[in-house]
Amino acid sequence: MVLLPREQLCSRGAAAWGGALLGTEMVNQLWQQQCDSFCSQNYPLYIRSVPTENELKFHYTVHTSLDVVDEKISAMGKALVDQRELYLGLLYPTEDYKVYGYVTNSKVKFVMVVDSSNTALRDNEIRSMFRKLHNSYTDIMCNPFYNPGDRIHSRAFDTMVNSMMMQVC
Amino acid sequence: MEQGPSGGSGPAAAAAGTGGLLLPLSETEQQRYSELFSRCCPPPEAAAGGSSVGELFRASQLPPDTLHQITEVCGAKRVGYFGPAQFYIALKLIAAAQSGFPVRIESIKNELPLPRFMALKNDTEVRYGTPAEFHGVKFQGPHGTLEKNSYKRADEGDKQEPKSPPMSPICSPPASPSTYQRIPLSYGYGKARSGLEQQHGAPYEVRHSTHQQDGPSSGNYGAKSALTCSTPNRSLSVEREQQDSNTQYSDDPWRITEEQRDYYINQFRSLQPDLNAFISGSVAKNFFTKSKLPIPELSHIWELSDVDCDGALTLPEFCAAFHLVVARKNGYQLPETLPETLLPEYLQAACLKPLRDCALFDSYSEPLPSTQQTRDFTRAEKSSAEEVPDNSALLQDGKKDDKQALKVSTTLKTIPKEFQHLSVKAAAQEPNALRARPRSRSYSSTSIEDAMKKGEEPPTPPPRPQKSHSRASSLDLNKIFQQNTQAVRSGWLPPPPPALPPRPSVSQEVVLAQPPSKPARRKLRTEAQGLETPELSPTINVTSSLPAVKPHLPVQKQSSKQKRAIQTAIRKNKEANAVLARLNSELQQQLKEVHKERIALETQLEQLRPVTVL
Repeated sequence: MVLLPREQLCSRGAAAWGGALLGTEMVNQLWQQQCDSFCSQNYPLYIRSVPTENELKFHYTVHTSLDVVDEKISAMGKALVDQRELYLGLLYPTEDYKVYGYVTNSKVKFVMVVDSSNTALRDNEIRSMFRKLHNSYTDIMCNPFYNPGDRIHSRAFDTMVNSMMMQVC
Repeated sequence: MEQGPSGGSGPAAAAAGTGGLLLPLSETEQQRYSELFSRCCPPPEAAAGGSSVGELFRASQLPPDTLHQITEVCGAKRVGYFGPAQFYIALKLIAAAQSGFPVRIESIKNELPLPRFMALKNDTEVRYGTPAEFHGVKFQGPHGTLEKNSYKRADEGDKQEPKSPPMSPICSPPASPSTYQRIPLSYGYGKARSGLEQQHGAPYEVRHSTHQQDGPSSGNYGAKSALTCSTPNRSLSVEREQQDSNTQYSDDPWRITEEQRDYYINQFRSLQPDLNAFISGSVAKNFFTKSKLPIPELSHIWELSDVDCDGALTLPEFCAAFHLVVARKNGYQLPETLPETLLPEYLQAACLKPLRDCALFDSYSEPLPSTQQTRDFTRAEKSSAEEVPDNSALLQDGKKDDKQALKVSTTLKTIPKEFQHLSVKAAAQEPNALRARPRSRSYSSTSIEDAMKKGEEPPTPPPRPQKSHSRASSLDLNKIFQQNTQAVRSGWLPPPPPALPPRPSVSQEVVLAQPPSKPARRKLRTEAQGLETPELSPTINVTSSLPAVKPHLPVQKQSSKQKRAIQTAIRKNKEANAVLARLNSELQQQLKEVHKERIALETQLEQLRPVTVL
């Protein structure tokens, strides 16, 4: 599965975006989850999906949602960045799922796609999930053997994401 | 077993094999030899199998060059196989060598005890009377390659090959020798490696010859484990340690042995001289990259060992990381989670050891053999040969289990009790440098820092409650705040002062503490001393608390003195509180200042930010 670097999809030039995606979808009573992380040049740092059906669809969704994230960030761009909240909230709803976004101070983006029929997920739960993601990501950054921009192979990160997704499903 | 025929043919064959040299074999010898021969040489073969013979010879625990010589002398090399004659002669020569005779044909004419083989069954031979003639022990000067080969590094194993090409009976020792001591030496860490090798070279030789002469039951492992620790206490506990480590090898590869820990600590020192500080991520990265493990694995190792995820390694984290690297290099798969024995708390308790008395932690076995076979083989040797000396309360628990288990696996053993003992002991270390283990149980099962911080926590259960522990607590607090002193023995608390000064006073106190009859008075006197010399007070009072703890009876009789002591302790506590409060306020000040700086920097950053388009 090849994911194109963001620069090719978007005209934002030297923007350094990254994002992580979590997706849940209910298909035939099976919960599906997908998790993508994107590296700072908008290529994926981390991709994870639980039931692996329709994975591509989620990946596409994530990519397109990055546009929305960009938009949101630039919208408050003139304001002091510090005041911008890391949690971006609901990016946009579609018929099947909702997309939430989160941006870190280093412009690494996390995008989460949640199935619309999963009404059990509250906003604060989403926030807490993003927080966990962010914390795990910083833990990875602390590892001197990790070069920023590499794909994330950390087992701890995997474990955390899996447990989180299992929890949601 | 065909003892009769082979026994009968033995001497005759021996005579034939040695060209007319009659080999006198006593009855027991004959029996034994034929038994061994038939073990090595299942009938109807005429010659003993080379590998089994090799095993047998190695089990005799003679140096390989001696074995080599024996094979040569007995004629196996000449004829190319181990026939009964050669075998019997070889056995006789082994007995001679084990008795300290040179390996010559003449030696076997003497009456000798049966050769001892450690591996097989329980070969405890009875020594016969020493022969009349006694030649000095002559060992072949170490052929460096041969000797080191079987006891040290695998990479020199190849050198033995050219020496014994026709020697099927003696196989070359396993490529990865069964000593895991070798492991700290065998990765390419440059200078450290060569330095350590040199260091190990001499002790190996020394230990080896003592083994030869003493014929102790402990084997390689026990010996080697005693090598690198050079503290004087080591010598006292060497024997016990040998036995202990032999019985305590566990198949838990995640346990760090004493020698390994010393090595790790030395490495830590080379990167960061202060043992209490961190090794930064980049420094550690460069260091571990030298191990030539692939980066993802190193990344995983880091993940496992950097428990607090701060991008830096403390000493226990470093030891854990290093240990994982070593394990990985020796073929072990990295675990998914950090094994219990590598947790920083566990290691921290244990790491205090190398700074002081090593003897207490000799329970650590050496977990990293190179190959499963050799490991099991030597373990079989040791387990059959050793007794389990329960010299310390600490060692009893997990170690017997370890002795039983022989399989190589990375199964983690939960040893909570042992952990508790170890941390208890660590906590006990602080006030208790001179005391033996039994008291350690009395301390709470927390690390030293906790014991320090909790101050009031009663360190000893036995009768005298408040006095001793209150003093200890006040002392602990004093220690914390006497920044320029030797306060913290463990050295884990921040300011890490040198630990030298306390020792002389401690030893003084030991002397003072000797007469058990008047512990209370001693305490008072030491308290007086403590008041005069605040710096020495912690140590003095600590040690005085030791004798106070031990004799139960006299203390209780002198309650008035106790009251006075309690009052002084209270005073000290108050002083300590005041110091603490002052320190607290100072730290608050600093915190505020740092906050201000941070805010200033943030505003600067914001001002700069609009320039960069992100």
